[in-house]
Amino acid sequence: MLTLTNIHAKYGSITALRGISLEVKEGEMVALIGVNGAGKSTTLATIAGTLKPAQGTITFQGVSLVGSKPEQIVRKGIALVPEGRDIFPSLTVEENLRLGAFTRNDRAEYKRDMDEMFALFPILKNRLNQLGGTLSGGEQQQLAIARALMSHPKLLMLDEPSLGLAPTLVDQIFELIVTLHQRGVTILLVEQNVERSLEIVDRAYLLNTGRLEVEGTPAQLQERIDIQGIYLGQHKGRNSL
Amino acid sequence: MITLDFLINAITLGSLYALIALGLVIVYGILKLANFAYGEFIMVGGYALYMISTIAPLPWLILAILAVLTAVAVSYFTELIAFRPVREKSLTALLITSFAVSTLLQNAALIIVSPRAKAVPLPQLFSTSINILGSDVPVRNVLTIITAFAIFGLLTLLLRKTVLGIALRAAADNFKMTRMLGVPANLVISAAFIISGLLAGVVSIFWVGRTASVTPTIGAAPLLVAFIACVIGGMNSLLGAVVGGFVYGFLFSFLSLLLPQGLLDYREAFMFVIVILILLFRPEGLIRNKYSGERVG
Repeated sequence: MLTLTNIHAKYGSITALRGISLEVKEGEMVALIGVNGAGKSTTLATIAGTLKPAQGTITFQGVSLVGSKPEQIVRKGIALVPEGRDIFPSLTVEENLRLGAFTRNDRAEYKRDMDEMFALFPILKNRLNQLGGTLSGGEQQQLAIARALMSHPKLLMLDEPSLGLAPTLVDQIFELIVTLHQRGVTILLVEQNVERSLEIVDRAYLLNTGRLEVEGTPAQLQERIDIQGIYLGQHKGRNSL
Repeated sequence: MITLDFLINAITLGSLYALIALGLVIVYGILKLANFAYGEFIMVGGYALYMISTIAPLPWLILAILAVLTAVAVSYFTELIAFRPVREKSLTALLITSFAVSTLLQNAALIIVSPRAKAVPLPQLFSTSINILGSDVPVRNVLTIITAFAIFGLLTLLLRKTVLGIALRAAADNFKMTRMLGVPANLVISAAFIISGLLAGVVSIFWVGRTASVTPTIGAAPLLVAFIACVIGGMNSLLGAVVGGFVYGFLFSFLSLLLPQGLLDYREAFMFVIVILILLFRPEGLIRNKYSGERVG
């Protein structure tokens, strides 16, 4: 479904990606793991079109994405829930969701989608007319995911969805991701909570300083991380593995 | 001491200043560009009123509408031709482009028309007064207030009730995220410039209506008004622009009322002292927007 081949990317003079190749198949849930600065968020940014890769190709359902603007890429069926949620603080919850449905013009469908979001995220229904900026971190995360789902993405990219959330909320978010996956959404997940991610994904890629280190199923990865555990061990400590 | 006369004068000035400031802030909120060519959009409106009236003997209302549309068109085309190509570069590039557009439009007026003031047609209504509760109130003032409040209302409706309006507000919060939801960058920015041009056009009618003439440099004064109103009210919200415009209008009217005859010429100097005091104690302006986003990259 999504294929990245030899992607290089830079922020100004700083090289962030040095030849990333990866693939997400339809219906799969794939995780990108690695320490801070490994290039996980940058990889998502090149897919979402907010950062132009210096080199390499990205294809989604057989169509090249390189050079497309962010607003065109979401229309092709890719939605990103960015790190830090990036909900619109001065817009109400409803307005946030309405913009999530910007690429869809069917009013009846919009109403149906809203009802579905209320079923998935009951808290949003109570907060509908509240400003996004007044929500708690967990509520903002739910809103950000709901907003992304409003565009009916074929591929949902989640960047650190559990970051900064209380442990009970982290459980809730991970359950939600599993539910979405079971419903048939293809998911590309970036998470610092490696252990939890490996429990739920089909495959994972381990990134390190802009390069691909290891790729495989969680079982394969865990085997090899024991050998190369240093990469995660260095920064995360043994406990998080 | 505060008579109905005074109040209506202050509200008239405040309404006009609020309209002026809104046109500047609607673009600033999204692009973070203080558009120095904004005053020239007002000038263009005035010249359109003059030039079209010399070509075709149309009813004044039609002339005024055509003048407003000319300002809208000029604002939109400068976005298309001048600002869009440099948008991705840097804020400095945008700012300097706005100086260039300003100079270009001023010189165009100088060369095409004349450096001298040109008389602008105004309807009889603009020079008549009506009696409200015993005071003689110029109809022009009443029209200014009604027009301004109608525009505040329409703009609020647009920004709250339409998807485009919600997208405009979202873009002021976080432009990149707005694009990632599928809102085209060009749509939002063009819309902001069109609204800015519309406000400049409407302002131009009432601004040239005060002196019944137009000169190439007529845009400088309203531009300054817009900046001062924004400093007072806060640059990061439309509400701030409106509040700033009204506060400016009222302060100015009070100074005109309170200062002795000999000091009246120094109204502006007193005005700036007040602005400096506001800046000292409330550097973000009276209305703060804790959610304002970063510049479009």
